[in-house]
Amino acid sequence: MNIVVCVKYVPDATGDRRFEGDNTVDRVDVDGLLSELDEYAVEQALQIKEKRADEEIEVTALTVGPEKAVDAVRKALQMGADKAVHVVDDAIAGSDAIGTSLVLAEAIKKANGGTAPDLVVCGLASTDAGMSVVPAMLAERLGLPQVTLAAVVESQGNQVRIKRDTDTATEVIGGTMPLVLSVTDQSGEARYPSFKGIMAAKKKPLETWSLGDLGIDAGQLGLSSAWTAVEETAARPPRTAGEIVKDEDGSGAKALADFLASKKFI
Amino acid sequence: MSEVLVLVDYVNGAVKKPTFELLTIAKRLGTPAAVFIGPADQAATVAEAVKKYGAEKVYAIDDAEIKGYLVAPKAEALQQLAQGKDLAAILLPSSAENKEIAGRLAIKLESGLITDAVDVAEAGGGVTTTQSVFAGNYTVQAKVTKGTPIITVKPNSAAPEESAGAGAVEQVAVTISDGAKTAQIVATQPRQATGRPELTEAAIVVSGGRGTGGNFEPVENLADALGAAVGASRAAVDSGWKPHTFQVGQTGKVVSPQLYVANGISGAIQHRAGMQTSKTIVAVNKDEEAPIFELVDFGVVGDLHAVLPALTQEINQRKG
Ligand SMILES: Cc1cc2nc3c(=O)[nH]c(=O)nc-3n(C[C@H](O)[C@H](O)[C@H](O)COP(=O)(O)OP(=O)(O)OC[C@H]3O[C@@H](n4cnc5c(N)ncnc54)[C@H](O)[C@@H]3O)c2cc1C
Ligand SMILES: Nc1ncnc2c1ncn2[C@@H]1O[C@H](COP(=O)(O)O)[C@@H](O)[C@H]1O
Repeated sequence: MNIVVCVKYVPDATGDRRFEGDNTVDRVDVDGLLSELDEYAVEQALQIKEKRADEEIEVTALTVGPEKAVDAVRKALQMGADKAVHVVDDAIAGSDAIGTSLVLAEAIKKANGGTAPDLVVCGLASTDAGMSVVPAMLAERLGLPQVTLAAVVESQGNQVRIKRDTDTATEVIGGTMPLVLSVTDQSGEARYPSFKGIMAAKKKPLETWSLGDLGIDAGQLGLSSAWTAVEETAARPPRTAGEIVKDEDGSGAKALADFLASKKFI
Repeated sequence: MSEVLVLVDYVNGAVKKPTFELLTIAKRLGTPAAVFIGPADQAATVAEAVKKYGAEKVYAIDDAEIKGYLVAPKAEALQQLAQGKDLAAILLPSSAENKEIAGRLAIKLESGLITDAVDVAEAGGGVTTTQSVFAGNYTVQAKVTKGTPIITVKPNSAAPEESAGAGAVEQVAVTISDGAKTAQIVATQPRQATGRPELTEAAIVVSGGRGTGGNFEPVENLADALGAAVGASRAAVDSGWKPHTFQVGQTGKVVSPQLYVANGISGAIQHRAGMQTSKTIVAVNKDEEAPIFELVDFGVVGDLHAVLPALTQEINQRKG
């Protein structure tokens, strides 16, 4: 069985606010990392491999992103993935989810010898763009079923069953492999790379592909070819500091009630 | 004028409020037309509701072959409906399911997709959207440059405006491929109704975190006094005090109510991602150093188990 896990390299959301042990702002490695939500995807892929130890299962970590994105698949290798693919090409910069999903879909097929693998595993969302649409787009492009937003994953033979929470219900979804699976941060804590894992990762195969390797015309991708365009961005004005009171013998509740009344909430 | 398709959000026999918000937005862009994917015999009920918000047409797609499967059949149905029509836009209420439908549809129709818009406006014959990104720290304006703009819109992005529409029902027959029926819903356990407003739609949200120590009663009582929805931090959800559907934050619901009341919640970046675009923010926390206080319009440093019951009593008294 072949599993491809899609992992994205994202800017660290906490980076610019993180502190060192000495309480100074950490400015050393604030740039980027394997999206923490995709660690859950790697974890589930590895768990499937471990639970089905009597089968031959290969886990490939795949990322599409700039030079530095190789860190994302390296981490996946350290966690236990067997091999990795990094698709990098200047022409990809600025692509939207539609473009990214095209590159991912072609890379997924190539990584599996030209056809869809048994399982494509994705995270809940990328922590930067966060659209939660790439897994559905991959399913559409690969012509596969999608079994998405799993909180619990079970597999047996070629069957996959997941449990998930929607707004209105708890559901059990079933599908037959090959399929696209996405998992949430409820699916189980991701492991840390062990020292052994970190050493072993250095010897694992890691391939770098360009659009040319995937047979994709560069003109289809990048900022100018995206089907959407961001026209303006603005930092949200910082919130003005509010009033903070200390509660003493019920004074806090009264003050808060006055505030809520002044805003017409009561 | 070109039509604007609005996918109807219909739960337990009722059209939900986001549908009316989207119809209101649709009117800015063209002629609103509702799309109802559901039991054929309920199309008339839906039409009654949506025509009050300007729907000229109601395209009814029977869901006998659609329900029971994940999003793929719905995307196929919408593709068949959209094909050959001159559409100004396709609007869907932002939910996990609808975003996936929209993702598949965008590829089928070779059209650009924008998710989680908080505003949609007509601009020079096109459509401009506003989104809140990077945990609510930035606002961006975007547009679709190819095909029919497909946009998922967050709840509370527009105040529903009544306006009479014809609401003419047109049954639409679709053919669902076998390939689309491959991910099956094996079992569904409907969530118990809480009797409170929906978290993402509520005007007021009262949340509890680890500081509740597992006792959500003060939080719930305050919520009821304010007519609010109840939310929770991930710490509260991970402790099993509330189901995951209550979670506010990066990996839970993103809410943007008029008033957000955070109780016993420290204000981690992942929690902020789900609430910091709220209009007014209030917090009760016993630690005056808690980062949540950086966000608040009003904060009380105190024990929530004392402050909340007193506040609830105060509110109920003032309401008379
Ligand atoms: C990938 C990932 C995704 C995440 N997604 C989310 C998410 O979607 N939503 C989310 O909320 N978190 C999320 N988190 C977790 C987040 O980082 C925090 O751990 C979490 O928000 C903390 O919850 P809390 O504020 O309730 O608990 P704590 O941080 O433990 O804070 C509890 C607060 O309660 C106060 N308190 C204690 N007792 C009382 C009392 N009696 N009266 C008043 N105040 C009291 C304390 O002073 C403290 O400030 C995510 C984390 C990761 C890694
Ligand atoms: N550039 C990328 N490289 C690899 N995987 C990606 C990339 N973008 C998105 N994904 C996968 O798709 C999921 C959803 O992403 P998104 O739709 O951007 O929120 C992520 O959790 C990843 O598993």
